[in-house]
Amino acid sequence: MRAARRWREVVAPVLLGVVALLAWQATVVGLELRPFVVPSPTAIGEQLADHAAVIAAASWSTARNAFWGLLIGVAVALLAAAVSAAVRVVDEMSAPLVAATAVVPIVALAPVLYTMFGANAQTARIVVAAIVSFVPVYVNTLRGLRTVTPVHRDLMRVYAATRRQTTRVVTLPGALPFFFSGLRVAASVAVISALVAEYFGGPVDGLGKAITSAVSSSNYPLAWAYVAGAVVIGLVFFCATLALERGVLHRGNLRQRP
Amino acid sequence: MSATAPTSPSSRSGPVEPAGPPDSPDATTTAAAAVEVRGVSRRFASRSGDVVALSDVDLTVRAGEFVSLIGPSGCGKSTLLRLIADLDRPTGGELTVFGRPPHVARQNHDFGIAFQQAGLLPWRSVRANVELPLELHGTGRAARRARATELLGLVGLADFADHRPDQLSGGMQQRVAIARALAESPSLLLMDEPFGALDEMTREHVQTELLRLRAESGAAVVFVTHSIPEAVYLSDRVVVMSARPGQVREIVPVALGSAGDRTDGLREDDQFFDRVRAVREALHGTDGATGVGRGVDQR
Ligand SMILES: Nc1ncnc2c1ncn2[C@@H]1O[C@H](COP(=O)(O)OP(=O)(O)O)[C@@H](O)[C@H]1O
Ligand SMILES: [Mg+2]
Repeated sequence: MRAARRWREVVAPVLLGVVALLAWQATVVGLELRPFVVPSPTAIGEQLADHAAVIAAASWSTARNAFWGLLIGVAVALLAAAVSAAVRVVDEMSAPLVAATAVVPIVALAPVLYTMFGANAQTARIVVAAIVSFVPVYVNTLRGLRTVTPVHRDLMRVYAATRRQTTRVVTLPGALPFFFSGLRVAASVAVISALVAEYFGGPVDGLGKAITSAVSSSNYPLAWAYVAGAVVIGLVFFCATLALERGVLHRGNLRQRP
Repeated sequence: MSATAPTSPSSRSGPVEPAGPPDSPDATTTAAAAVEVRGVSRRFASRSGDVVALSDVDLTVRAGEFVSLIGPSGCGKSTLLRLIADLDRPTGGELTVFGRPPHVARQNHDFGIAFQQAGLLPWRSVRANVELPLELHGTGRAARRARATELLGLVGLADFADHRPDQLSGGMQQRVAIARALAESPSLLLMDEPFGALDEMTREHVQTELLRLRAESGAAVVFVTHSIPEAVYLSDRVVVMSARPGQVREIVPVALGSAGDRTDGLREDDQFFDRVRAVREALHGTDGATGVGRGVDQR
């Protein structure tokens, strides 16, 4: 049972990955594809090994921006969701703004932000990541805070529970799974937006910058090696939020909602 | 009194017998009635005109008495229960719970409540769910724990104290909800179709269990159901309601002996069938006209 699950969750995906890499290699070699179309995994691997230190440095720089952006975005989202849940008017006033933030591609604002905060600072990238991670966390958390089952509401009323008690006992625990599904989305988009923001200017460190410069010097396997670095950051962020979610929900005996 | 055979109606005059004529004088002189409903109406405004959920309802539930509300769906049973629980306010008339307005009784934790949905908090253990009202009202940790252990033992779930609600069957969850409702030993228990979602076997089991628990606590019970046998089996009196507008059509005294002494054997008893027929006739009108009792479970 346990072994079977481990097989499904770990061995099977790894096996699939290996098969995919082999197929990729075979296709590139067999069809004699040129590197600018797509380089072979071995060529990318070579670049990864040769430039490990620079790739790690670039990844670290992007990851740091994504992390601070995520942290700030989540903190502001939680605060805003709490206020909106408590004060209906705030929610109604801010709804159009939140909707606009959700649909406007914030990374497109990057050039403006670079002028605002200075092209030598990372601030613009952090701000982009923060705004982008704000939206899913805010929307989900607010929905969670609003979703109190009628039977629980009735129960707390019958118990003459204070507002604070109701919040602690029913509202917050009920909202936690909603918060975490927002956080999972936010973690991915924070990495993507921090990286993409680099395309629009700012300091020369970071994966986005590294990818553009590798491509402009026609070093396609190196560009792909940087992309591999981006994949690793994305995975680290995703796994970290997942671990946090499991840890918190399990400790508090909180059931996970879809 | 035998534990298996139903006691005769004459034992009603016994000192521990809570059932009796609804207007017995000592109901008003010795202690306040558990629930007193006087000319209560509840009208809901809606776009397609007003809905009169309750119209001029009178009802007295004495302390320690088990009263069921039965009637076609939409006749206002839940509405009446919610008015008693101060989850809603009447648009006319007056209610008291132990002589006090419902909101005072609620602030005073005078009653426990259970709904059709168990409504357990899924993120808390079974034990922590039972402890919830005690926790909210400031009972100490040790006392809470002791009380929860005791109650879970009474509802036969001692081994499940540390489980999560979603690991329990529907019947078990409902028993936890009843344990929670009894946690503070309320003198009034309000129940809205608590067994409505259970299968027949489980249902009969928890019914007997409820009677036993209730006999120990001596609480008055207002019990909403749409099952005639359930109402008869559990109650001292069955309040038969009619719809549009919701009104009390008739109150049928069950008089099958103290509800606390009833056991499963009673379900096979002629007197039991007799009362079931009486309630059914009250529901459908004495001439047995059909249609009125639609939505009422005949099981
Ligand atoms: N909150 C509400 N708003 C509008 N109408 C309601 C509301 N609650 C109940 N009603 C109406 O009042 C009537 C009685 O409802 P209810 O008390 O739930 O009936 P029962 O529990 O006997 O099935 C129904 O016609 C129902 O539609
Ligand atoms: Mg109802």
